[in-house]
Amino acid sequence: MGTSFGRGGATTAQQDLANSDAILIMGSSMAENHPVGFQWVIEARKRGATIIHVDPRFTRTSAMADIWVPMRSGSDVAFLGGLIHYVLEQGKEFREYVVHYTNAATILRDDVKLPDDLAGIFSGWDEENKKYSPETWLYKDEDPKPDAIKPGHATAGGGHGKDRGGEAGDATKHETDPTLQHPNCVFNVLKRHFARYTPEFVEDVCGVPKEQFLKVAEVFSNASGPEKTAAICYAVGWTQHSNGVQIIRAAAILQLLLGNIGRPGGGILALRGHASIQGSTDIPTLYDILPGYLPMPFWESDAHTLDEYVKRHRSNSGWWSNFEKYIVSLLKAWYGSAATKDNEFGFRWLPRVTGDHSESGYWLDMQDGKMEGLFVMGQNPAVGAANGRLQRTALSKLKWLVVRDFVETETASFWHDSQEIENGELKTEDIATEIFFFPAASHVEKEGSFTNTQRLIQYHEKAIEPPEDCRSETWFLYHLGRRLKEKAKAEPIARNAGLNALTWDYPTEGPIREPVVDAIVSEINGYKTASGELVREYTELEADGSTACGCWIYSGVHPKPGHNLANQRKPKDYLGHGWGFCWPSDRRILYNRASARPDGKPWSERKKLVWWDESKRQWTGQDVPDFGKETPPDYRPDRKAEGIKRIAGDQPFIMHPDGVGWLWVSSGLKDGPLPTHYEPLEAVVENRLYPQRASNPPAEKKQRPDNPYGYSLDKRFPYILTTYRLTEHHTAGGMSRSLPHLSELQPELFCEISPEMANEIGIRHGEYATIMSPRGIIEARAMITSRMRPLKVQGRWVHEVGLPYHWGRRGLAKGDTVNDLLAISEEPNVRIMETKALVCDIRPGRRPRGKAALDELNAKMRQTA
Amino acid sequence: MSATTAFLTDSTLCIGCKACEVACKEWNNLGDDGLAWTGFSYDNTAELGHSTWRHVKFVEHPPEIGHGGNSPEVSSWTFSSDVCKHCEEAGCLEACPTGSIVRTEFGGVYVQPDICNGCSYCVVACPFGVVQRNKEDGRAFKCTFCYDRQKAGLTPACAHACPTESIKFGEIEQLRAEAERRLAKLKESGMNDAVLYDPKETSVRGTHAFFLTRGDPRQYNLPLKPEVPTIYTKQGWKSAAIGAGVLAAATMLAFIAGDNR
Repeated sequence: MGTSFGRGGATTAQQDLANSDAILIMGSSMAENHPVGFQWVIEARKRGATIIHVDPRFTRTSAMADIWVPMRSGSDVAFLGGLIHYVLEQGKEFREYVVHYTNAATILRDDVKLPDDLAGIFSGWDEENKKYSPETWLYKDEDPKPDAIKPGHATAGGGHGKDRGGEAGDATKHETDPTLQHPNCVFNVLKRHFARYTPEFVEDVCGVPKEQFLKVAEVFSNASGPEKTAAICYAVGWTQHSNGVQIIRAAAILQLLLGNIGRPGGGILALRGHASIQGSTDIPTLYDILPGYLPMPFWESDAHTLDEYVKRHRSNSGWWSNFEKYIVSLLKAWYGSAATKDNEFGFRWLPRVTGDHSESGYWLDMQDGKMEGLFVMGQNPAVGAANGRLQRTALSKLKWLVVRDFVETETASFWHDSQEIENGELKTEDIATEIFFFPAASHVEKEGSFTNTQRLIQYHEKAIEPPEDCRSETWFLYHLGRRLKEKAKAEPIARNAGLNALTWDYPTEGPIREPVVDAIVSEINGYKTASGELVREYTELEADGSTACGCWIYSGVHPKPGHNLANQRKPKDYLGHGWGFCWPSDRRILYNRASARPDGKPWSERKKLVWWDESKRQWTGQDVPDFGKETPPDYRPDRKAEGIKRIAGDQPFIMHPDGVGWLWVSSGLKDGPLPTHYEPLEAVVENRLYPQRASNPPAEKKQRPDNPYGYSLDKRFPYILTTYRLTEHHTAGGMSRSLPHLSELQPELFCEISPEMANEIGIRHGEYATIMSPRGIIEARAMITSRMRPLKVQGRWVHEVGLPYHWGRRGLAKGDTVNDLLAISEEPNVRIMETKALVCDIRPGRRPRGKAALDELNAKMRQTA
Repeated sequence: MSATTAFLTDSTLCIGCKACEVACKEWNNLGDDGLAWTGFSYDNTAELGHSTWRHVKFVEHPPEIGHGGNSPEVSSWTFSSDVCKHCEEAGCLEACPTGSIVRTEFGGVYVQPDICNGCSYCVVACPFGVVQRNKEDGRAFKCTFCYDRQKAGLTPACAHACPTESIKFGEIEQLRAEAERRLAKLKESGMNDAVLYDPKETSVRGTHAFFLTRGDPRQYNLPLKPEVPTIYTKQGWKSAAIGAGVLAAATMLAFIAGDNR
């Protein structure tokens, strides 16, 4: 989303789905996992929209859809590529939108090569280091930033920091051909690239009958244009793949071609996994970004001075020309008066990224004994994370472990109650890890906010006091920080300089000294350092140290004392203005300048949202304009213009240096400028497009003896395995498996298989089945249902096993841990693991107990393929 | 004078999330009724009972590629939230010998737990199998129509929690009209198997909980002709009278026969 449009967040609001003429839900079972937001899909349906669900399983979402099309797990890019091909082939693109609002007309370099030219890779591939150099992907005439394009740059880096793209060159310099005739303009390159994604190809690879695919293509593309709009909803069914980012890119290309971004009823909704997942990337719990999507400095590249860092990340045009203001204001918020121009506002105190510190990275480090301690808060990795066996054995290598939760989760109990204790791999008496278990306050027992799926910050009050020793995260982290600072003060060595400089002076209240959350919200909003006066918006932030701001994109959330806009409770319009606060600047639909034609008039009366009011000389409409309020549609920058002034009056994607949506991503992605079909890391069929390149080339398998994989097309594991969640439980179960009302609704782990598959393996409904992958062995009750069905792929029937993953050994509803079957792997951009398409074997009957379970798995792995 | 209220449960809008079940249990402080996996689709509560007053039924038919559950031609996986019907002529109320079961000012049928003596007459008298005796304390329980919430001007917990407005709550005649409109709309969209379930023609004389479903209502535990057991009493009295007559005649006969001996 970031590279395609400029911001790493959903482009629209759930409420706005009601205005859609068609909604494609794919990579998500929205009705099951986002039942509350799904009301707007129901509303759209009532108003006559067509709801399309593309999913390997017939789920509760399919049950609410008009069209359900099953598709083989792991073939999403093939399906979406098919839709792109269809639009281009049939000339169904929204031509005026495409020419003006995307980089379709931009001319690419002559030396760029596509995977069809190079047997499955783009130009710039470094086989030895398994990395791309993006130089050939740049626009023609774009000056590369030399240090940014070396292969292997930021080897450890994830993609969140680069979410905005355009880092490798100066994208303002480029040529265009608005007639779209030039053979190397993005539009024609796109046509060439997707030429092979025909309906026949989709049928062959995805298992979707051609006529069903064409039905989807027709309905979705016919619901787009000046008078109509169509939306796409996705969730982790797209992200948790070894090519997850590219699946979302394919959706972005489709929506740009159909002119569905920035318009009411259009857009792409990234449905987040659970409460405040959007918030946890905005003010990140991620290792490679700082609040507001500012990149963490990397040791090897931009570590050394603030100047170097800013030079690397600031863009000459577009909104990111303000980059320096945001990083300096952040440093001022953190280091207060200790941050001065002379000491680069404390930039050197920021920690550096020195390796892969993503979750999978540090878990492997832990397993290798490289980590001493770990805090686990609001997470239950012993159940919820990939390769559970490795997760739990790694915990035993720690010196200390802190778990804060409502109940003693499987993560906290690994030392006395785990599969590894049962099978003898771990012995309690041998585990030296010291475990601290802290009871946590629930969301009704503390004050704070959630940032949901649509970038909406919603505040909640404390309803009741937390019982006994239960404490909020704010309390825990504030007092932990306070004590660490006390220790650091007593020991003023160089390492502690940053900690000593850190401002940590939030006021507290009440007998337990609870920090005042309002003070934290005010700091996040930002203020003038001299007067302490709150800023009204991020446009007031400066790079000279005169302002401080904890997260620039949230600026405006608390513009005046006593005015916490996240706590607004009176919606004034259908977009929900007046309820909560939506970053940035309460814009509910991003890039909404695109809802008007280049001349500023709405595309149609039916689909108007934001338009140019000539009499008032400003943009107006139902949403906060995502554009210079007084920049007229006919504004044209001169060649010397810089920053936001470089963006013309008809360029809605203001975050991008060239002001348009990117069909082609010239830089910012580690696995190619365009999506292309690769099979999952473990697949049951070969890659039809590129037999030499089965899976996404730069994706990392992290293969090692404790994270093993099968062979290519491994006959020992002939079935596809996919994992998912149920409405009745919350992720790894910490919040649901201990509650009787929820546990009784789904009391036990089950696997969903088709009647045809059940016949093949000889298993009956309700009996137990044993499921094995190269990593683990589990048992589950068999749910045989025609909601699962075999699909004909590459001329043969392919079966799929569906497994919801909520269970563990503790709580009321117990069951084997599905994630024991998964591998730790890394998508190259965001380092997410692949959970939606793997391989497994299944047999009737229960798994053996204790050591015998391990023996069976080992015996399986010794079989020759 | 309080308005007479009702539920309209529109199963064509139900996403099977079970929020109604959970909200009901939370509000009414009901326990779980066992952690048994039934294997019956996603339904592990199985039925209404003394500790389950809302129950979402999952009905599976094989889906067809290209057709979602909203397809007029194919009904594949449907969900419907069942509840006490709060009959106009309520079998349970008529059967209750203690006066524990009463009709409230909202039109609902309410079991007063402090009066119930656990005789279970209501259990067998309910044509829908809704009321159940709690074996532990012996008393009968069922949906209260959230009498306490209604009294305080609140919507019943289930309707309040429903995210898709599948469970609607309101004044009964307005809701009936709404149900008719919705039915017409569904039929207009080609969903010819849509049915409004509101048995006014039988002896229950209508309910305070009507349902919009697809296909045969019996799939959703909704009998085609629910009858209040007391309609059989006339027949019962008649049989009893005939029986009594026969007995009397036989006795007479016995005396006559005795005389002969």
